[in-house]
Amino acid sequence: MRYAETGFNLEIDLSRGSIEKVPTEPKLTELHLGGLGTNAKILWDRVPPEVDPLSPDNMLIFSSGILAATPATGANRTIVSTFSPQTLLMAFSMMGGFFAPELKYAGYDKVIISGKSPSLVYLWIKNDKVEIRDASHLHGKGALETADLIRQELNEPKAQVAAIGLAGENSVYYASIEHGRSSASRGGIGAVMGSKGLKAIAVRGTGDISLARPDEFIELCNEVLKYIQHRASNPIKGVPPILAGIGSPQEMAIHDEQWHTTSFAWGHARQRRKDFWTKEREKEWRETQEKAVERLISCYNCPMKCGAVVSYPALGVSKYMMKCYSKLTYVMAAMADDLDFGFRIAGRAQEYGLDSYTTPQVMAFAIELYEAGILTEEDMPGFPSRNEDRFFYLVDKIAMREGIGDVLAKGVYWAARQIGKGAEAFDHNTTKKHEQMVIKLGMLNPIYYLMYATGEKISITQIEGQMPQAPLPKDYREEFIKDWIHIPTGKEEGFKRFILEWGDEDKRFPFWPPIDLICELVDWQETMHYIDDCTGICAGLSSFPIKPPYHIHNIPLFLSAGTGLDIDEPGLLEIVRRNRNLIRAVNVRRGLRRKDEKPPEDHWKKRFPELEAKLLDEYYKFRGWNKEGIPTKEALEGLGLDYVAKDLIERGILTNGEKPSSKEASA
Amino acid sequence: MSEKKKKIVKSIKVDVDKCNGCRACEVACSAFHASPKYSSNNPGRSRVRVIHEPLKNIFVPVFAGEYTEAECAGRDKYVIDGKEYDECAFCRASCPSRDLFKEPDSGLPLKCDMCESEPPLEEPLCVQWCLADALTYEEREEEVEEEEEEEQMEDIELGLESLVDKYGFDKIVDAVARLAESKKGEISK
Repeated sequence: MRYAETGFNLEIDLSRGSIEKVPTEPKLTELHLGGLGTNAKILWDRVPPEVDPLSPDNMLIFSSGILAATPATGANRTIVSTFSPQTLLMAFSMMGGFFAPELKYAGYDKVIISGKSPSLVYLWIKNDKVEIRDASHLHGKGALETADLIRQELNEPKAQVAAIGLAGENSVYYASIEHGRSSASRGGIGAVMGSKGLKAIAVRGTGDISLARPDEFIELCNEVLKYIQHRASNPIKGVPPILAGIGSPQEMAIHDEQWHTTSFAWGHARQRRKDFWTKEREKEWRETQEKAVERLISCYNCPMKCGAVVSYPALGVSKYMMKCYSKLTYVMAAMADDLDFGFRIAGRAQEYGLDSYTTPQVMAFAIELYEAGILTEEDMPGFPSRNEDRFFYLVDKIAMREGIGDVLAKGVYWAARQIGKGAEAFDHNTTKKHEQMVIKLGMLNPIYYLMYATGEKISITQIEGQMPQAPLPKDYREEFIKDWIHIPTGKEEGFKRFILEWGDEDKRFPFWPPIDLICELVDWQETMHYIDDCTGICAGLSSFPIKPPYHIHNIPLFLSAGTGLDIDEPGLLEIVRRNRNLIRAVNVRRGLRRKDEKPPEDHWKKRFPELEAKLLDEYYKFRGWNKEGIPTKEALEGLGLDYVAKDLIERGILTNGEKPSSKEASA
Repeated sequence: MSEKKKKIVKSIKVDVDKCNGCRACEVACSAFHASPKYSSNNPGRSRVRVIHEPLKNIFVPVFAGEYTEAECAGRDKYVIDGKEYDECAFCRASCPSRDLFKEPDSGLPLKCDMCESEPPLEEPLCVQWCLADALTYEEREEEVEEEEEEEQMEDIELGLESLVDKYGFDKIVDAVARLAESKKGEISK
């Protein structure tokens, strides 16, 4: 009997049209938990490093987390893993909603897709009945429209559907997988789905998910629900409203966008508009938002209301769902002052199935090239003069891969190199070939430096969390640390002192705090995300916000009561380190090295190359990696990853007696 | 002949405007009714189902009511504020016309029991787990007419039960049979 998980994966080979229900190894759960951890193990074992992400040999894994479909509040994330056509590294993308729980009730922890179908198909899973079905009539259909059509033709209104739009079918490098309520957008996983000829996966499940120690588990759930209510009436003070609560940033409920609009960069991540947010603007945007947002909605088994049904019938956009910052990404990239442009274009982009972080930046980049004369009327016939119209023009071209859209469909990094004529110089906001958050700041933040540089997810929002993003007001710091119960055992004193001192006269970045504390803070933030990616608990209740209901002290209790495995805090941290190193090794095997670990050049005005090199050296050492950022044999073997060490040595990536990097070695 | 009696009526007030469609009520319900309690969950077994069509802005928790042998002659649809609800959407019956409110494996009907439990729950678990306050629990006293005869039957049963306890079932059955035989003439009058 398996608890919390089903113990089965569904293996689909689209080339052969085969469907297999495969029991999983309980030992792998002990070593990697589930979700991202076991995904990484499958990708390491079964996708050799030379495989082109868009070839049939790549695999696309839809995984639930190990706690998905248990009563644990907010454990609903689907973790999609594959290799990215854009970064050529492992792609991490997750989505909330209802898909993963439904998959588990159907009896599967993961759906593992390999091969390539000769024609467009979709997958229909209803408990033990699994079919590969023709999808030729769904060609070019929008992602949300596809989900509706599939539910109708199956006559299964309760089926949950994950689908790609036209962008995914055309393998746009930043195509998303859309699931109505939510989407897995980063890294071009929708392109991989499209390359396999897979339009959608529909699932309906009516089986049980069992718990090892039910009474204990429910008591833990009740505590989490209580804490959620506590946090609702106790917002964090001294931080922008958007960061004061829990959940995904409450963009759909909150109208005050001063923080995003004045601190983040507009256009192609170029300029801040510190005086943008005025009383008039606030009034205008509030009205627009109230008109557009029909209702706030939740993901499966979660009381937070991070998403919204957006309805804009007057503007010819059918209803869709939105959450978080996608409200602003198009608006700010287009330098559009009106919020309703954002609601209009986001609706169209969602039907195409496009990532709302990368897409606006690529379009803003294209506008810059046009204005610089690098792209011309010849490349973009009939290019409109208003930015808003240009965005609509470009988003169509990109999704259809028509004309210049075919080049832009590869994202800023690849498009810049293909266009040439100096376009490379405009590629200023990517790391590891992936578009980064549009933030341009003054003073180097050593903590964020390491997170931007070394994060395997290549997306800062999936690394950061737990901490205020700026020093707290002096008179509030004592109060803040009083109920800060979330800190890992043994780190309480150091982290609390950091909060108490941060911002004082001589306690400022970049030469403060000490590097060992910086490493610890980075590790904590990242670790919490790695845990969520295994459990399937939403980052909005765990790794992302300040003082979340789930933390390093209660998650091991949930895991133990849920699965029956005895997992304590040190045990969980070891699993995270194992997964972290395995994923690093997957990427190292595909060529990732120290030279790639660079935040965008202009992310901060004030840079400190020597300090930055030292930060990297020390952080690599902290992780047990050599000076190239490669896990050492000792580090790998210490985590039971002997087979990984052996492989890296055989490939000549590691040498046998290599020690972790030291200051001398890097000097 | 009947008389007014006070009775506690339990009700869950469903405020559909407050429902976020998270379906935590389904999780809580199916976990509570698992055997042993909380040992598993499965919304397919839940006695409350959220009619959930986000893009139509439709979120309605519906609680399982009584089993019915036959489906209705008509299948009604409702249009409220321009939103069309599926046929029979608000019906609580476990009915041959649909798979709602039936155990997924056996097809046996499911019915909300307001979380009958010993000791009793303060309020049904779905209500406790609905932090959106779409579900609230209310008790009210109602005067109901109860048939005198029913009450007598209850008294008779109680009396018989204590006799059974004292003399054993078989003896009492024999005694009743003998009594019936000897009084036959009288009864038929």
